[in-house]
Amino acid sequence: MDLSAINPIILIAALISAATPILLAATGELVAERAGVLNLGVEGMMITGAVCGFIISVNTGSPALGFIMAAVGGAALSLLFAFLTQVALANQVASGLALTLFGLGISSLMGQNYVGIKPPRLPDVNFGPLADIPVLGPILFSHDPIVYVGLLILAGVWATLKYTRAGLVLRAVGENHDAAHALGYKVKRIRTLAIMFGGACAGMGGAYISLIRVPQWTEGMTAGVGWIALALVVFASWKPWRVLLGAYLFGGITQLQLNLQGAGVAIPVEYLAMSPYVVTIIVLVILSADKSRAPGSLGRIFHASQ
Amino acid sequence: MTTPLLSLRGLTKAYPGVVANDDVSLEIGPGEIHALLGENGAGKSTLVKMIYGLVKPDSGTMEFKGASFAPQDPRTARASGVGMVFQHFSLFDALTVAENIALGMENAPAMGQLAARIREVSQSYGLPLAPDRTVGDLSAGERQRVEIIRCLLQDPKLLIMDEPTSVLTPQEVAILFETLNKLQSEGTSILYISHKLEEIRTLCDSATILRLGKVVGTCVPAQTSARDMAEMMVGTALKTPQRSGTQVGEVILELDKLSLPPANDFGMPLRAISLNLRKGEVLGIGGVAGNGQDELLGALSGETTVGNGMITYKGQDLSSLGPNERRAIGLLSAPEERLGHAAAPDMSLVENAMLTGATREGLEKGGMLDWAAARKFADRIITAFDVRTPSAANAARSLSGGNLQKFVIGREVLQRPNVLVVNQPTWGVDASAAAAIRQALLDLAMGGAAVIVISQDLDELMEVSDRFAALNEGRLSPPRPAAGLTVDEIGLMMGGAHGLEAAHV
Repeated sequence: MDLSAINPIILIAALISAATPILLAATGELVAERAGVLNLGVEGMMITGAVCGFIISVNTGSPALGFIMAAVGGAALSLLFAFLTQVALANQVASGLALTLFGLGISSLMGQNYVGIKPPRLPDVNFGPLADIPVLGPILFSHDPIVYVGLLILAGVWATLKYTRAGLVLRAVGENHDAAHALGYKVKRIRTLAIMFGGACAGMGGAYISLIRVPQWTEGMTAGVGWIALALVVFASWKPWRVLLGAYLFGGITQLQLNLQGAGVAIPVEYLAMSPYVVTIIVLVILSADKSRAPGSLGRIFHASQ
Repeated sequence: MTTPLLSLRGLTKAYPGVVANDDVSLEIGPGEIHALLGENGAGKSTLVKMIYGLVKPDSGTMEFKGASFAPQDPRTARASGVGMVFQHFSLFDALTVAENIALGMENAPAMGQLAARIREVSQSYGLPLAPDRTVGDLSAGERQRVEIIRCLLQDPKLLIMDEPTSVLTPQEVAILFETLNKLQSEGTSILYISHKLEEIRTLCDSATILRLGKVVGTCVPAQTSARDMAEMMVGTALKTPQRSGTQVGEVILELDKLSLPPANDFGMPLRAISLNLRKGEVLGIGGVAGNGQDELLGALSGETTVGNGMITYKGQDLSSLGPNERRAIGLLSAPEERLGHAAAPDMSLVENAMLTGATREGLEKGGMLDWAAARKFADRIITAFDVRTPSAANAARSLSGGNLQKFVIGREVLQRPNVLVVNQPTWGVDASAAAAIRQALLDLAMGGAAVIVISQDLDELMEVSDRFAALNEGRLSPPRPAAGLTVDEIGLMMGGAHGLEAAHV
């Protein structure tokens, strides 16, 4: 056993990258849930984004275009959910589960001819001399652009929800859709947009796995990250900064336990493998013990019948 | 009168199976307080929703300030100068007062400025309000102030108020009326919907009465008696519940320092409630909603268990008994919320009759359900309480609120309780049905049972109660004989105006 082989700087830099797919997906789901929509299809939208981004990148040679199309693909799939729940007024839980199964199926179909191919790599952002600062350089200034995009989206979501009228209206729709409707806000339109935003974020998160983390295409490669993202939103009490904390905690412990495995620590591998889930849930459960609660209309079907 | 501010001509709106408004016309002058009267289902809500742009009329025209007026949505209506204070559904519990107000405005200023304006307007109309408080923590009266100030900030020419006083203490009503009179003196017109005829007589200049979607008359409320207005609304003569001499017997139910911690963050604890209930008496419990009514009903019905010795029935400690065991020995209850608490909405009336009647009516034998007997029991309720439904097989949800209320009260009354606890027995029920329900409760008491009526309708409590007590912040005032109590005394028992001050006009 040799714990000195674990370099904390590399570990932190790696956790930021490892947490990005969860962060993106959870941020998107947070927006949807704050608008009152419980979309359990995150996993399906992620894997669809993963395959869309992969196909476009391989065929065009442009990973950037791949990420854009991954967002489009995720949003397109989420439109199916929006149609089911906002127009056909179907149950959100059942529709979300169906979306996950559908996404897993359609992505395997689309990705059949892409197994075993290596995608073009997205170069890291060049921060010039900033990257040479000791400690801070490798941690903060040595990542690919999507890491920063993810953080910007999170900060943007936080600021929008907190400071803008659009954010206030979105929260109002999620809190009490009957009241929002009575005041003249377009509940279904706002929710559809929130669902599509969630789909786009999930799609990008999925593409991050297939284009940067792994990087190749295999069926079902998101491997439950979408479900972690869903749980994260709830345990983060629907607060953006807690989503970031949870995602980094989860990513960090995932990396740490891999390093510990590599260092040959005398703990069975199974315990190490489950540790990220256990620690993340414990920490967020403790945090969520305050008064915050779910959006009032979360998961409820809106029908303008009065 | 000069040109009316708002005139409606021949408005008609039909929903599948029902004509909500049939050729309705009315006029409201500038600075006039106009009452809109009618039973539940008479079409009042549909009419005001058309004015506020939430519903589009099928035919007919509206004119506002002399120009044709057909709002596409509430925003257009607000922009034209129509404000509305809703009875339900228009506040967001998790948001602050200022955020709630910003949502109802077209061009909301920045939060800092808005907060300052809220303070300014709320002070000048005598409705103090802190902009940064969360609405979920406010009392009913304060919530209503949020809605009123939301409207006032937009400088409305016409303010629509849908049953504004149903949740207020008498003192809060007085403050509201001063505010409304001040608005009127500034030239604002008010369209005022209420069931409370005495209020309308003191406040309103004119009244339009709707029945089944049609205008059936207009009157000057100050010159018309409440009884005449009620009869115009109902279309028949009203029966006042009668009782002949009360025979009060021995104590049957005893509460000794009944205390209960709050069930959740927004809940109310019960604090040391003590009382003795005697056979043959009706105890009225008043108070503004949210002061412990639901909790008290839960403790009495057995939904929540309480400490040893807190509830004694005929000398037996009830603390460990659940609802069905209490039913078996004759302590029955009917909670307030019809859909979901008193009745299972998607189950038929027969099934609902089975749910509470199984024990006392012998509808269950050795674990097997006797549906034929349940059906007979349901039919008995429907006949005895004039429940209007095609058959007992219809789902509870399909009945109108008033009819379902008659069913859930009737279901308990017909099980011959020794003690019956009801919460809001006539909420949303029209005047004639309400009179029938009250009569049934009085008959029950005359037959020797003890009845606890929890209600927010003071007129109702005064009509049926032998003794009256008020719940305030989870405490019960000592019961006093109901005869001779004045409105002021009742208001003080209910906790006064919760520290409010009257408008400085």
